[in-house]
Amino acid sequence: MSLEQFKNRNIGEQNYKMLDIEHRPEKSWDRFKQAFGRSIKIELFIGLAVTFGIMIRTLFRGETHTIRYPFEKIPISRRYRAIHEMKRLLESGNYRCIGCGLCEKICISKCIAMDTRYDENQRKEVSEYTINFGRCIFCGYCAEVCPELAIVHGDRYETASEQRASFALFEDMLTPIDKLKSQKEYPGFGAVSPNADDNIKKTPLAY
Amino acid sequence: METTMIHEVTWVGVAIKALIAMLIVSAVAGFGTYIERKVLAWMQRRPGPSHVGPFGLLQLAADGIKLFTKEDFIPQYSNRLIFSIAPVITAATAFIALAAVPIFPDFTFPEWIPLLGGVFVPSIAADIDVGLLFILGAMAAGLYGPLLAGMSQQNKWGIIGAARTAVQFLSYEVVTGLSMLAPIMLVGSLSLVDFNNYQTGGIASWMIWQQPLAFVLFLIAGFAETNRTPFDLLEHEAEIISGFVTEYSGLRWGLFFVGEYANMITIAVLASVIFMGGYSDFMLIPGWLMMGLKVTFFFFLMLWVRASWPHVRPDQLMWLSWKVLMPLALLNVVITGIVVMVTA
Ligand code: SF4
Ligand code: SF4
Repeated sequence: MSLEQFKNRNIGEQNYKMLDIEHRPEKSWDRFKQAFGRSIKIELFIGLAVTFGIMIRTLFRGETHTIRYPFEKIPISRRYRAIHEMKRLLESGNYRCIGCGLCEKICISKCIAMDTRYDENQRKEVSEYTINFGRCIFCGYCAEVCPELAIVHGDRYETASEQRASFALFEDMLTPIDKLKSQKEYPGFGAVSPNADDNIKKTPLAY
Repeated sequence: METTMIHEVTWVGVAIKALIAMLIVSAVAGFGTYIERKVLAWMQRRPGPSHVGPFGLLQLAADGIKLFTKEDFIPQYSNRLIFSIAPVITAATAFIALAAVPIFPDFTFPEWIPLLGGVFVPSIAADIDVGLLFILGAMAAGLYGPLLAGMSQQNKWGIIGAARTAVQFLSYEVVTGLSMLAPIMLVGSLSLVDFNNYQTGGIASWMIWQQPLAFVLFLIAGFAETNRTPFDLLEHEAEIISGFVTEYSGLRWGLFFVGEYANMITIAVLASVIFMGGYSDFMLIPGWLMMGLKVTFFFFLMLWVRASWPHVRPDQLMWLSWKVLMPLALLNVVITGIVVMVTA
């Protein structure tokens, strides 16, 4: 490709819209007429009327855009990746995490620390699970990789605290057992998509 | 005029009047910042200051404490002496100008009040013959505040701010003077008390009906002289950081704003007294309330305009002053002169 061609690769028509700029007057008499017309046009006063109307609406109808933040919050998008939550199984109330360790493995800032052991019934149990939120970059990989939808991102974004350990323990992130009824399934990051069934394909075995 | 002649104006009365004017204006200047923020906020669909105290009223106290406790800082490369006195010039001239401005009607303390009983308080602290000229002069001297402040600093924004001060105040001083000249010719006196007495006959006798053009010109020039939008070029943050106040902080910075608000009040009072009937009683409304209402209206108008209109470029400002307003003012003076000559 020659340089000429390289610089001229645009195809098709550009739909530029020309602004309707009135031509500048040439003669001083025209300029005078323009200035005079602009001075006595009522646009300035329409501007005043608009701001006054807005003041009335703000004052008497409470139409403000302000959210009094520490006292009010707006709901954030479900896609927002805030502090993690650990979910429970609705049937048994047990935590969903099976201790597979995938989240620990994938975490790119290596902030998930977990340990597992066999309990007295020889079942696998998560004995330790912490996330170091001083290092977490909230990338969401852990939520995405988790096969059980056990770890997800919640909507708790006010993360100022005296110590980061306030958020980091398994028990803190786990849905409290008495709130199990109100545990919300998480439609956001890392959750199965609504059309997940359609997306499942048989793994081709024959090569 | 007769009633004022009967009473003897004592120095106690003048001192009381000066004190009242001083206190009211400082209080209003302080309160004005709150009102300004509230009104601007409402016009932009915000609640404005609302957390400190009821309706955010104590925000004033919070800001005052902040201003007072800030370090009094003089930058290394600025001219120390001029840097320190410039804010004082602005505030002082603003208050001096108020000396010849009637704020409320005259009154006499009732006899039962101890010490002050029977003291006559005039409507004006100093009813001098050259009233209007004095006010204009004092306000024009206020130009030295921003000018010196900007020049004493070692930064370009200060210098640009100072240059714009000179350009803007000097040119609009001309328009203010000329626009006031026509009413002065009609009244035949420079004392604002005479202006007030000229318009005692209800709304129909207000000067604004005889001199509508002068009123508009005076308002425009007043906006320019008090450095309000659309003529706030001296410290326009988007262009020159803060103009002449770039290096100021704390109380010195505050003094500039006290001066600016005092000037706003002066202009509002002047507009009410010269063009809108002043402090004469209006039907059932007593004069002092009338005055308060008018001044409030003009104050509100300044905030309203600030919320609505964009500001002009420096060259447009000069164009407006010299090519539009000044010829109009001259024309107005000439026509008024002819009318006065023919009717007299
Ligand atoms: S969000 Fe990312 S960084 Fe944070 S714990 Fe999960 S994988 Fe690790
Ligand atoms: S990926 Fe999910 S199931 Fe596996 S250890 Fe992490 S949280 Fe538990």
